[in-house]
Amino acid sequence: MEPVTDLDVGPKDVHDLEVAETIEDWTGAIGPGLGPVEDAEAINVAPNWKLVWWRFRKHKLALFSGVVVIVIATVAIFPGFFATMDPHGSRSTMSFVPLQRLRFFHDGTFEPFVYGVTGARNPETLRMEWVTDEEVIIPVSFFVEGFEYKVLGFITTNIHLLGTAEGPTEENPFFLLGSDRLGRDQWSRLMYGTQVSLSIGLIAVMVSVFLGVLMGGISGYLGGVADLIIQRLIELLQSLPAIPIWMALTAALPRDWSVEKTYFAITLILALIGWTTLAREVRGRFLVLREEDFVVAAKLSGANQRRIIFRHMVPTFSSHIIAAATLAVPVMIISETFLSFLGLGLRPPAISWGVLLQEAQNLQSIALAPWLLLPGVAVIITVLALNILGDGLRDAADPYSH
Amino acid sequence: MVQYIIKRLLLLPLLLFIFSIFAFVLIQAPPGDFVTSYIAELAASGSSVDQAQIDALRSMYGLDQPMYVQYFHWMGRMLHGDLGASLDWKRPIAELIRERVMLTVLLGAFTFVLTWALAIPIGIIGATKQYSFLDYFFTVFNYIGIATPTFMTALILMWLAFSWFGISVTGLFSAEYVDAPWTLAKFIDLLKHIWLPVLILALDGTARLARIMRANLLDELNKPYVEMARAKGMSEWRLVLKYPVRMAINPLISTIGWYLPLLFSGSVIVATVLNLPTIGPMLLRSLTNQDMFLAGAIIMIYLFLAIIGTLISDILLAWLDPRIRMES
Repeated sequence: MEPVTDLDVGPKDVHDLEVAETIEDWTGAIGPGLGPVEDAEAINVAPNWKLVWWRFRKHKLALFSGVVVIVIATVAIFPGFFATMDPHGSRSTMSFVPLQRLRFFHDGTFEPFVYGVTGARNPETLRMEWVTDEEVIIPVSFFVEGFEYKVLGFITTNIHLLGTAEGPTEENPFFLLGSDRLGRDQWSRLMYGTQVSLSIGLIAVMVSVFLGVLMGGISGYLGGVADLIIQRLIELLQSLPAIPIWMALTAALPRDWSVEKTYFAITLILALIGWTTLAREVRGRFLVLREEDFVVAAKLSGANQRRIIFRHMVPTFSSHIIAAATLAVPVMIISETFLSFLGLGLRPPAISWGVLLQEAQNLQSIALAPWLLLPGVAVIITVLALNILGDGLRDAADPYSH
Repeated sequence: MVQYIIKRLLLLPLLLFIFSIFAFVLIQAPPGDFVTSYIAELAASGSSVDQAQIDALRSMYGLDQPMYVQYFHWMGRMLHGDLGASLDWKRPIAELIRERVMLTVLLGAFTFVLTWALAIPIGIIGATKQYSFLDYFFTVFNYIGIATPTFMTALILMWLAFSWFGISVTGLFSAEYVDAPWTLAKFIDLLKHIWLPVLILALDGTARLARIMRANLLDELNKPYVEMARAKGMSEWRLVLKYPVRMAINPLISTIGWYLPLLFSGSVIVATVLNLPTIGPMLLRSLTNQDMFLAGAIIMIYLFLAIIGTLISDILLAWLDPRIRMES
């Protein structure tokens, strides 16, 4: 998909915000699953987030996607634990080893292992060709010691979820997802790439949300000239073709910048174009809420502007913001992936999904090592899960609608 | 209506002016100018350049002048139809990209037609046969379509075509037609190649459009006028196609507003993967080689195409929805 900035989020019109008229309506819409009387009472006193949760958990697919997202996020937080080998460690003799499927049962007993591979150089093409050797059984165990890494950047450890007893060697390779051109383990690189790709998406969306709420809030609450200027600015930004602009902006980043610097610059570039949809959403919410009775009531009771905005207005649409933000993360992830894929985003030695896919850029490498496309499957699964989760959240964000 | 179109057309130069400043700032953003990279290139090939020559080069291209003067020079030349010369290719830019621009627009146009031809029927089937097998099938298809980056689709199809049929599906022409003049045979050859990128790009747009179409049509199908027509004994298919579908397509037109600007620039990545002779891969190459005048020209073309796209969608909307005309 394209990194479209228009996300089609939020309820279509004011009617979605209308409060249900009778208690039966409420229980019918969101009931927590108790008896009718208890339902009605529970709903009457439930805070907004609880209503949203009751509604959300009815959407089984979204719930499942939420679990998938949590698993992926866990990998992103602890990539070292899930990795089996040093992601940067290259072994020149072990390039393009095909995947070694993890098998759990050996002769009927639970004994995880992979088959060994033996390589021979093809005398004509001079390329290493690998065949699975079912004679060689490499036992795999859990929680083994391996290369050293840091958990969350400060705790040094060497415990890994999976690994072979004596670690991967020339005779006993262990490439769960195969190896790349330089003999690096794709599985481990994928784990580290998850951290970078996911966090870029998340940070870019956080910056977008900040900008979007700020600009949308100013625009919707103040109205007048500020609204006019911000709206024109948003229209201008939205009519820009995002892909060439992103390409030009990232190409302008100095090549000698460190990995961290490039990382943050790319995050900012993605956010600077991505905030407009959220700003529109927030502005629309403000325009609707400004006329609501409870806001008028707060105003008449003498609450100051800040209190009205942050205590009364923002909480009523925070669930929309979360839903919109969830739907914006995959857009950012895909944008980062294609920029890095084209060689304009993150560059090696940084590892991200896009950087990994760079290895699969031409037909020769894909024909030779189709497993190099697997990081793309990770992208698809993540984006799919985030989209379904976001859709579920969006539907649940209006607990009073039907 | 005519008045509205004239108003929109009058806005065009202003937009182009703002966008051209934007494009100019973009191409000036990388550190150094293109004389710097030219010198670096010369130094790499072994020849040395003295300061006098550097200064001569700078003043020849007007690089020693203030930024705004440079901008007006650049813009002035562009308004006269002179896009300058590419440093990398050592050829005039206009000559370099003419055919590529045409192929980019052609690719976009084909994609647009196919997207709508696929999305509307899929949306209609999804809404009229809600919760049927086909509906679930298309829903899953749409979700996957949205989640798959176009370059992944391109890579996977490329791999499948190679491993199943042993063919390479890159490019838009067979070898014998690449530099041949335009003939009917060359055009037919183009059609034989262009369907794959068109399909890849259309699948992406289809997924989005079909979802919106399905939701819109579902809203319409519950309205009393549909019940009324049904009660009067109108045949189901005629009824659906004649009234609710027309109502449901209307909001779809407004998506053209963001879809058309994307149509031409969206193909950049697929074109790079499949090595298509459009302006996308050339933009990538010019950016990585710091061939900034070429990059600027291509970005201006993308911006221009985006403005035209927005203009067309505005006019379409005004034509279909009288309320928009009244407002302005």
